[in-house]
Amino acid sequence: MDGVDVPAGQAGKELLRFLTCGSVDDGKSTLIGRLLHDSKQIFQDQLSALARDSARYGTTGGHVDLALLVDGLEAEREQGITIDVAYRFFSTSKRSFIVADTPGHEQYTRNMATGASKADLAVLLIDARKGVLVQTRRHSLICSLLGLRHVVLAVNKIDLVSYDSDIFERIVSQYRAFASELGFSSIAAIPISARNGDNVMRRSDQTSWYRGPTLLDYLETVDVTQEMTGKPFRFPVQWVNRPGPDFRGYAGTVASGTIGVGDPITAAGSGQTSRVKELITYDGPQSSAQAGDAITLTLTSEIDISRGDLLVSPASDTEISDQFAAHIIWMSDQALMPGRSYLARIGTRTTPITVTGIKYRIDVNTREHLATHTLGLNDIGFCNLSTGTPVAFDPYEQNRKTGSFIMIDRLTNHTLGAGMIAFGLRRGTNIHWQATLIGKAERAAHKHQRPAIIWLTGLSGAGKSTIANMVERQLHAAGHHTMMLDGDNVRHGLNRDLGFTEPDRVENIRRAGEVAKLMVDAGLIVLCSFISPYRAEREAVRRLVADGEFVEVFVDTPIDECAKRDPKGLYAKAKAGEIKNFTGFDAPYEAPENPEIHLQTIGQQPEQLAQRLVRTLTELGIVG
Amino acid sequence: MDTSVPQNEISQRLLPKHLKSLEAESIEIMREVFAEFKAPVMLYSIGKDSAVMLHLAIKAFHPARLPFPLLHVDTTWKFREMIAFRDETVGRLGINLIVHVNEDGLARGIGPIASGSSVHTQIMKTEALKQALDLHGFDAAFGGARRDEEKSRAKERIFSFRSQGHAWDPRNQRPELWNLFNTRIRPGETIRVFPLSNWTELDIWHYITLEDIPVVPLYFAKRRPVVRRDGAWIMVDDDRLPLAPGEQVEMRRVRFRTLGCYPLTGAIESDAITLEDIVSEMRSTRLSERQGRLIDSDETASMEKKKREGYF
Repeated sequence: MDGVDVPAGQAGKELLRFLTCGSVDDGKSTLIGRLLHDSKQIFQDQLSALARDSARYGTTGGHVDLALLVDGLEAEREQGITIDVAYRFFSTSKRSFIVADTPGHEQYTRNMATGASKADLAVLLIDARKGVLVQTRRHSLICSLLGLRHVVLAVNKIDLVSYDSDIFERIVSQYRAFASELGFSSIAAIPISARNGDNVMRRSDQTSWYRGPTLLDYLETVDVTQEMTGKPFRFPVQWVNRPGPDFRGYAGTVASGTIGVGDPITAAGSGQTSRVKELITYDGPQSSAQAGDAITLTLTSEIDISRGDLLVSPASDTEISDQFAAHIIWMSDQALMPGRSYLARIGTRTTPITVTGIKYRIDVNTREHLATHTLGLNDIGFCNLSTGTPVAFDPYEQNRKTGSFIMIDRLTNHTLGAGMIAFGLRRGTNIHWQATLIGKAERAAHKHQRPAIIWLTGLSGAGKSTIANMVERQLHAAGHHTMMLDGDNVRHGLNRDLGFTEPDRVENIRRAGEVAKLMVDAGLIVLCSFISPYRAEREAVRRLVADGEFVEVFVDTPIDECAKRDPKGLYAKAKAGEIKNFTGFDAPYEAPENPEIHLQTIGQQPEQLAQRLVRTLTELGIVG
Repeated sequence: MDTSVPQNEISQRLLPKHLKSLEAESIEIMREVFAEFKAPVMLYSIGKDSAVMLHLAIKAFHPARLPFPLLHVDTTWKFREMIAFRDETVGRLGINLIVHVNEDGLARGIGPIASGSSVHTQIMKTEALKQALDLHGFDAAFGGARRDEEKSRAKERIFSFRSQGHAWDPRNQRPELWNLFNTRIRPGETIRVFPLSNWTELDIWHYITLEDIPVVPLYFAKRRPVVRRDGAWIMVDDDRLPLAPGEQVEMRRVRFRTLGCYPLTGAIESDAITLEDIVSEMRSTRLSERQGRLIDSDETASMEKKKREGYF
């Protein structure tokens, strides 16, 4: 444990969060093991477990393998790799350290980005025998994108190159040349041997040519205070504290800047202003608070503020837009689809978000910009995005707290990606909603019906259009005002520019959904027959209209039966390999989980199925 | 406005910056959970980490009262002093405490002595916890675990997602970036939240010292009746502990670094009678905190295994 006491009341000891990264086998885990071991954080019982584990899994030929101290999960010990971010802790008299130990392999880029998102500094390891590698470049780029400004270049295994200063200097100048465009404000190069401890905590007597600090000396003294306190005041409201009628406080953590009693604040977005009345903590009222403080503030006048709002200093307001450009690191096996609706978490606000276009993907190894339609796992892209509501933000480069967001899948709730905002796009800001005097209720009342989208989904040849046609004929005969949107027909006009790749299918349904919504606004009953293979897009159309206005009809015909019917000869072509991306063949179909109407077509006549659909629409009150 | 502690009695203490950062981080996490979940609960295991977690929660929601209940999963084998301390604490702070016992396990006679540590822990802790979460429909549960305690804990998220059966899948954890937590779950799923993730054992004791947080007296050295068993000092807390032939109850000056079920928790010989003594003893010790926990040492990866099954 650390050797010096922290006397009560002394406020000096700081917390430094850093991550270790670098190529596989460059010795990251060994270095952390070394730091823990030399700072006496390893207990006797842990050391004896380590000795046992070293004999079983170790790669150091009988010596204690320090890397095993940190490779915690079973699979990692067996495979000898680090597959997840692990957090390690050690402290000295000057500082407490939280170390994110992150994986080196390319397939774990997301884990590294996770570790980097919270770090103040990166320790980048390089194997002195190998020099700057592809992975060194990739990790540097990720650190730079995630806003790290301080890098320690730890040239490891210096003992294995006979402590040669020329090799060290060559690597350092090679790295500096490469990193010159990455925006780091400091790069400290240190020759070390993690295995032997040279220049980690103890100055090596083998590297007399090196005059700089040891790694630990450097970590203890480097100034990374990130100037968060000097930035404009930003306060995302986390929770409104209302224990009784006479108290209303806004609880949250100051993201940047400082705030004092009497200072003016603005609620970004609404533009309403007030002044700080009190800064409340359990330890008594405070006269001021700064970046990182968790506080509750009250205002001199009541303005409309709730969770998700951002309070800022009126002197320097944030950008506000529902469209912006951002770097996105994709973290899911399920590719990013432009046009698909996701959820974003920005500050304390959650809002729908859509990628409207991917400008390019970055080759993390060469930094080249490549054209792409989607982003896959571990891809980094530069995209235009559009949010459901305008959001207040700062460019990530200026403020990591107010310029970052995560993207969440609406159905599975998985975290899919992480974003860093570059700049706002002005295109949306001058287009306002024109309020119309006659609404859809009035228009529909005129027609004695309730407008709705009847959405038929199913495989090609399942019978969607046949059933939809029969239903429309019946509704029309009964005096209802209907419209039919058919997948094939729409592709001849509105969507003639779209093919059958996953992103194009997403866009196909998005446009069809928007058209159907306009027709619902016109008071119509809109019959839509689209294969619409993805659950997410069908749900997106559902969200375009009011509750009860979207009726999902699953026309359920097994693929064998569809292929047998093959009314358009498409299955034969798909089998022959003449058509690519054919749903059910080489493209997926995600069946509805809870459709309003489930029509199993085997053994049924289309007339019966159409009858059943009309009956259900009557029960739902859509037709009279 | 109701405050549980008179404000004028709290002096302005200056915490070291690193503890202030940790405190602020924990408070932010707790507020996040309360803002986003329908039915949070705080697991209260009576030990030092729970004491700090409770103290932080009171700070987080001040001047409002603690807006969720505490849950103690009682195996019926806790030290008597722990139960007394628990009841005194909730009485003093006016907090809503739920005590849950796995009655079915109790009826089957499950206990650390009759069934062994691993069955006892599985039935009376893990299963009991799942029962209590299901019974009350809690969708988020705070736990006082720290990443420095054990290797598999070091890789767990602060917001740790659990599937419908309360299971943890270490390979399928949600990435956690910045302070942007993904709090979304589907019905039946739950989240375990660890606001003390980044605290170390030493941070905990420093904080307890600086904030004057009451802890169970068992942490302080005192002459207690103990018996030597499997290389550990086991306290004879009541008459349910059978003595093996040759085992002698002796009075020794001992204290505990962690607290659990008394037959499974080893004491250490110590002279530490103040918080300052404990901190300085910790600095010189060469043994880890969980070394006193007999339930962990079955095999190296046993904590990961228990956690996958729903242990905290």
